[in-house]
Amino acid sequence: MKVLLQHVAHARSGDKGNTSNISVFAYEPEFYDLLREQLTAERFKAFYRGAITGEVLRYEARNIDAMNFVCHGALGGGVSRSLCLDNYGKALSAAVLGFEIEVPDALAPKLHGQHLL
Amino acid sequence: MSKTLRIGSGAAWWGDRVEPAALNAERGELDYLCFETMAEATVSAAQVRARRDPSFPGYDTYLDDRMRAVLPACMRNGTRIVSNQGWINPVAAAKRIVELLQEIGVTGVKVAAVSGSLITDRVLELTDTILENGQPTHTLKPTLISAEAYLGAEPIVEALRAGARIVVTGRVADPSIFMAPMMYEFGWDPLDHARVGAGNGIGHLLECGAQVTGGYFSDPGFKDVPEPWNFAFPIAEVEANGDVVITKVAGSGGAVTLQTVKEQMLYEVHDPANYLTPDAVVDFTSAKLEQLGPDRVRVTGLGGKPRTPTLKVSIGCTEGFIGEDMFFYAGPGALRRAQLAKKVLEERFKIVKLDAEDMRVDFLGINAIHGDATPADAPEPYEIAVRVAARTKTREEAAKVGREVDGMAVSGIAHTGKRVPHQERTREVIGVWSSLVPREQVPASIQYFES
Repeated sequence: MKVLLQHVAHARSGDKGNTSNISVFAYEPEFYDLLREQLTAERFKAFYRGAITGEVLRYEARNIDAMNFVCHGALGGGVSRSLCLDNYGKALSAAVLGFEIEVPDALAPKLHGQHLL
Repeated sequence: MSKTLRIGSGAAWWGDRVEPAALNAERGELDYLCFETMAEATVSAAQVRARRDPSFPGYDTYLDDRMRAVLPACMRNGTRIVSNQGWINPVAAAKRIVELLQEIGVTGVKVAAVSGSLITDRVLELTDTILENGQPTHTLKPTLISAEAYLGAEPIVEALRAGARIVVTGRVADPSIFMAPMMYEFGWDPLDHARVGAGNGIGHLLECGAQVTGGYFSDPGFKDVPEPWNFAFPIAEVEANGDVVITKVAGSGGAVTLQTVKEQMLYEVHDPANYLTPDAVVDFTSAKLEQLGPDRVRVTGLGGKPRTPTLKVSIGCTEGFIGEDMFFYAGPGALRRAQLAKKVLEERFKIVKLDAEDMRVDFLGINAIHGDATPADAPEPYEIAVRVAARTKTREEAAKVGREVDGMAVSGIAHTGKRVPHQERTREVIGVWSSLVPREQVPASIQYFES
């Protein structure tokens, strides 16, 4: 079944200069490999389209079920120069919750936010 | 040493709430209460303000509020304070804290001011390259406002060793503010990168305050926490080997869970195996998390690697101005009117020859926050704010943005809502660049005062 990432993972974004790091955390350890296989750096960058102008690097932290996407050129030149209302990009992490991910039916009972499935 | 050290957070940024700091001071049973109040551009903004306003003392504008809220309990409970509220004038901050102590009748308390992070006058000689673009730092000379190195924990440790019960600093790396008490109390060698690295990993978990106790976290139906209007700031129970339990004062809102700790662990981190701090390189990928009970998460196995020979430098420069304003549409056809308004603005900016380095018109409600990442099939909302912003070289150019939005009142299109009087519509841009400086080139200096 295809579901939005919000049922599989939670996320947080942080800023450093013109770089936003968007970290994605599998709700369950069983979901980690789904993220690893399907949420590649290339797909991540493509999903954000023009909102990320530079390179996206993906780091893994399996010990905390996390992948960290370091997105260069995501903050309009840097927090103080940005013309975006959300100049720190603190809402930027929410976009990836709309990424569509394929989940084996057997894992369906473990998905979070069942009321919205 | 078998004791457990209790370190609490008192602030995660300049605008943070004060009451959770008071809660930690009153009920946290803390050995140390630590305040982090600076953002990347804080020092430069303070320099600009100090030039214009000779009465600005150069330290945290909420210093009085924060200290008045915590000093009585901290002095009563024997809690020491480490704070970076000194901004560009730690000495003035220390003197002010002495006055505040005297106001409540506390005498004989030693307050230390840690200075030395400001290197504006010699940054162009000490640094070579701008990290963000590879250009020589001397290209920043015409626009330079301020430069500061991120100091580590060592000068704070020295001040504590000298008997200071309150240490107020200029720029110190955020995690180091929280780690310094561990280094001092447990006698960690500055080059013991395994323990110091673990300590700065803990410092990183604390430095954003409520972000590890349920703040910046709640998402209804997915990630709920109790009473998200009543957060406490975190408390770390640290052991001498660098293991820790993250917790908070009982009875407060929010939560400390595996999820809140994980999210904070990677906040503003790039490579999780190599998080650079002045004191050590932290490795988060070896950490193990365990929920011991309600609002108690144990973190073990935080790793450390040797520190780098350099310190990070932030260089603030004048980079022009931003002009911005907004107006509103609602009801059936809100989007089609917003789209025509955007066209009107773009044509008006040509007529008034707006000279902008960058310009954007957002439809707030559709694409103002995620920009190009907004899905093409996002539904049309009932209300839309049209928000326009431009970055320019001069304030006069930036002011054209607001003046053209003024024109939308009687010369715009149907059903245009506006706020009059408007808020401030131009602001100065302080661009922040980074570089590296050999650490031995930035000695700290410490001055002591007594109440």
